[in-house]
Amino acid sequence: MNPILEAVLKSAAVLVVALTGFAYMTWIERKFIGRLQARIGPNRAGPFGLLQPVADGLKLIFKESITPANVDVLVYFLAPIVAVVPALVLFAVIPFGSDPTFQLASGINVGALYVMAVIGVGIYGMILAGWASNNKYALLGGLRASAQVISYELGLGLAVLSVIMMASSASLNDIVAYQQPGNILGWLIFRQPVAAAIFAVTALAELARAPFDLVEAEQELTAGFMTEYGGMKFALFYMSEYVKMIAMSALFVTFFLGGWSGPFVNEAPALSLVYFTVKVLVCLLVMVWVRATLPRIRYDKLMAFGWKVLLPVGLLNVVITAFLIAAGVPGYK
Amino acid sequence: MLDKFVAVVTKIPVGFATVLKTLFRKPVTIQYPEQQKPMSARFRGRHHLKRYDDGLEKCIGCALCAAACPADAIYVEAAENTNEQRYSPGERYAKTYEINMLRCIFCGYCEDACPTNAIVLEPIEFPTGYTRESMIYTKDMLLEAPPAGVPATPQQTPPGKYDRAILPFPPITD
Repeated sequence: MNPILEAVLKSAAVLVVALTGFAYMTWIERKFIGRLQARIGPNRAGPFGLLQPVADGLKLIFKESITPANVDVLVYFLAPIVAVVPALVLFAVIPFGSDPTFQLASGINVGALYVMAVIGVGIYGMILAGWASNNKYALLGGLRASAQVISYELGLGLAVLSVIMMASSASLNDIVAYQQPGNILGWLIFRQPVAAAIFAVTALAELARAPFDLVEAEQELTAGFMTEYGGMKFALFYMSEYVKMIAMSALFVTFFLGGWSGPFVNEAPALSLVYFTVKVLVCLLVMVWVRATLPRIRYDKLMAFGWKVLLPVGLLNVVITAFLIAAGVPGYK
Repeated sequence: MLDKFVAVVTKIPVGFATVLKTLFRKPVTIQYPEQQKPMSARFRGRHHLKRYDDGLEKCIGCALCAAACPADAIYVEAAENTNEQRYSPGERYAKTYEINMLRCIFCGYCEDACPTNAIVLEPIEFPTGYTRESMIYTKDMLLEAPPAGVPATPQQTPPGKYDRAILPFPPITD
C-alpha cells in the first residue's frame, strides 16, 4: 500500500477512536463517579444513558456562539484549537499494539522527547485563552495553569528520564520491548515505583484534574480560562482535556505497565490492542476514582509540593537509578 | 515531616477504600417521575374544593379562608343561592373562587379556617405551569367532580330543605 495513504488512513482511525473515546470517557466518568457517590449517573438518553454524549454534543453545537466584548478576537478563536491539536498529536508516538499496523510513528528514536515537547505546547491553549478573554477570572485561571503546568513538567520529565535510562532508548517501541512482554514483573512500575508514582501525580497536575484542578476551580474562578467560552469553543477545551487524559493514560501504560504486552500476543497480535485498551481504561477509571476521593489542594501547597517534594524526589530517583544501572544490579541491567 | 509522611501513606488509602466501598452500595437515587417517595397522608399538596354526597358544594363563600391566608393567595366572591339555582346549602355560595398557587405557601390555614371542611389540601397532584396566569387556579379547576350518579350544581331543590349552611348540633340531652 502507498505509505502516505496508509499513514493518512491510520491517523484518521486514531482520530476517530480518540474522539469517540473522548465522548464516551465523559459518559464513563459521569457513570462511574455517580456510582462512587451512591448515585446512578446519566440514564435518560438511550439505554444506560449511552446517548448522553450525543445529546451533550448536539446541545453544544446548537448553542449561540458568543464573542464577549473587547476580546482579542484572533487569539480568542485560536486558543481552543491550540489546546486541542497537541492533545490529539500526542497519540502519534504511542504504540497501540505489537504489530506495526497498530502503530503510527512509535518507532522514532526521540519518542519520549516528542511527548514532553507536545505536552509543553499544550499549555499555550490555556494561557492564550486566559489572556484573550478579557476577564479577570480567565486571566487568573490561565496564569495558574501556566505556573502549575510548567512546575509539574519538571517532575514529569524526571520520571520519564528514569524510564529512558532504564530502557536506554527514548523510542516508545523500545521501552515497551524492554519491559519483557509476557512477564508481568518486567513492567517498569515494579522496578521504578517512585518514577511511576511521580508520573501519576504529575500527570494529574498536567491534566489539571482533581485534586489539581485549581486552573478551573469553580468556587474561586468560575471556570478559569474557559469562563468566556461557550458552545463548540467550550467543547473543544473539554475535548482537549479528555483526549489528553486518554493520551496520558496511554503513556503511563506504555512507560510503566508494559504497554500492549500480555499473554499470547505473539500468536494473536490483535490481542495486544485489547490488552492496551484494558490497561488504559483501568488508568482512566483510577483517575475518576482519585477525583471522587481527594479534595482540591491549596494553591501554595500545590507549588510547594511540586518544587519541594516531587522535584527533589525525582532527582534523587534519577541519581539512584543511574547508580543501580552503573553498578549492574540485577533487574537494572 | 516523617509523621506527616506516615499519615499520608496510612490515611489516604483509607479514604480511597471508603470511596471504593460506595461502588458496591445500592444507589440512593429515586427515579423521580416513575418512582416516587411515599408521602405522608397529611401532606399538604394542592387544594381541592369538596362536595357533599348529594352533589352540593361544601363551600358557602364565607371567605374565612381568604381572611386566614397569610399569603393573601385566595380570592372569594360570594353570591346568593336560590331553590331553583342551588350550589350549596344555606344562603350563599362561592361564585368566584381563585387561589394563586404562586403565592400560596401551603400552610393549611385555609383548611383550619373553613367552617364546612370544603377546602382540603391533598397529597396528590402538584401545581405546575409555564405562565403566571396558568398558576391562578379557578373554581372549576379546584372543585371536585360530583359523586357518580349525582347531578352537578346548580341543582333544583325543594324549599326548606337547605335553609342552613351548617347543620345545628343535635340538642344536648341528659
